[in-house]
Amino acid sequence: MAYYEEDELQRFSEVGKHRPDLFEKFMAWYNACQEDGALSRREKALIGLAVAHALQCPYCIDAYSQACLESGSNMEQMTEAIHMASALRGGATLIHGLQAHNSVSKVSM
Amino acid sequence: MTKSLPVVQASADAPSTRAGAEFDRHLAARGVPLKRAETVETLQVNVGKLCNQACKHCHVDAGPKRTEVMTRETAEQVLAAVARFRVRTLDITGGAPELNPSFRYLVAEARRLSAHVIVRHNLTVQFEAQQDDLPEFFRRHEVEVVSSLPYFLEQQTDAQRGQGVFQKSLAALRRLNAHGYGRERSGLLLNLVYNPVGAFLPPAQEAIERDFKRELLTRYGITFNRLYTITNMPIRRFLDYLRRSGNEERYLRKLVEAFNPATVEGLMCRSLVSIDWTGRLYDCDFNQMLGLGVAPELPQTIAEFDPSLFHARRIMTGAHCFGCTAGAGSSCGGAVAAAAG
Repeated sequence: MAYYEEDELQRFSEVGKHRPDLFEKFMAWYNACQEDGALSRREKALIGLAVAHALQCPYCIDAYSQACLESGSNMEQMTEAIHMASALRGGATLIHGLQAHNSVSKVSM
Repeated sequence: MTKSLPVVQASADAPSTRAGAEFDRHLAARGVPLKRAETVETLQVNVGKLCNQACKHCHVDAGPKRTEVMTRETAEQVLAAVARFRVRTLDITGGAPELNPSFRYLVAEARRLSAHVIVRHNLTVQFEAQQDDLPEFFRRHEVEVVSSLPYFLEQQTDAQRGQGVFQKSLAALRRLNAHGYGRERSGLLLNLVYNPVGAFLPPAQEAIERDFKRELLTRYGITFNRLYTITNMPIRRFLDYLRRSGNEERYLRKLVEAFNPATVEGLMCRSLVSIDWTGRLYDCDFNQMLGLGVAPELPQTIAEFDPSLFHARRIMTGAHCFGCTAGAGSSCGGAVAAAAG
């Protein structure tokens, strides 16, 4: 059994097999989220790319890399989005250092 | 994330009736028949495969070593058709059409016949021998210039069109701007063409046009009129690239999945006849490169051309036709519909 095969992205609808009603609701909402609104499709694709990296989901990274290209972004812009995800992950890790400080302080003289 | 859809195999470098039938079935299943329009608005003449560039995506397989060049006699037959049938638009392409010895004759005579003339101008040809005066020639004949610039950054443009092409293209665009092309109220049209630098679909035309206008003006001081987005067709060099890079199946699936029935009415093959360097007729430039001529019951050469015979006639199709119906669609004039939701 292989994990994360590229072709699996095309089989996404199979996860709706046992509850198609829920899957259809998800897809309707998912697709509505992609549309131009107060944010453009391109901005949304860049957000999607950043979140995909934060989640470290290879399917989503593949899908949103393509979505970024197909909405006109270039690698410089996509790299900045990935850095935003990385920076938040790094910052979120680092701020938890206060938890360690608190924990240590609590038992220290 | 997308739902699974059937994949159509690309035709090789030969016409594939099976692939055409697949496309036709796709149209029929959605109730959108593809027939020619009432009139032939445009004759698109490919005057040969000779080009000063050898772009990686070129569906013509054009380059500096190609020898296929339209003769003066065939050019005269094209002009005779323009005159006899009062053809509205003559769209001249190649290769680099300017390198054909009959190019300037063709432009000047077509303009004298009051046809609107479009030249598919690759920009860098301005710097070839005896081509220095092209901007002035275009201006004098009020030619509409359509030029490829796949992106507003050097790396992407050179990756597709060759090293140094981006800087030369900027220099050429500045010369066109200096002659009034792409300037407000000059009446001289300078339209650019975006096509993806790789195996993906173009973005929404209006959105990427805004980006190009902003970036070309702020970075380089260049202005233009419209940006046309064109989908890369799985033909010749681009098909070779898809196969070499392992992207063929994925790209073709993408084209089929993105099929948008709203594009069919605006497809260029409905109102255009394509002519090759020998004078043979095709439904589009892509069919021309696949050797897929107009329907056998129609006149096969420009010498026999009669637009009335094309009215409501069938159009020859292949797997590549999914390239023109994907998303917002694609034509020599860019997107043809709003992108499917």
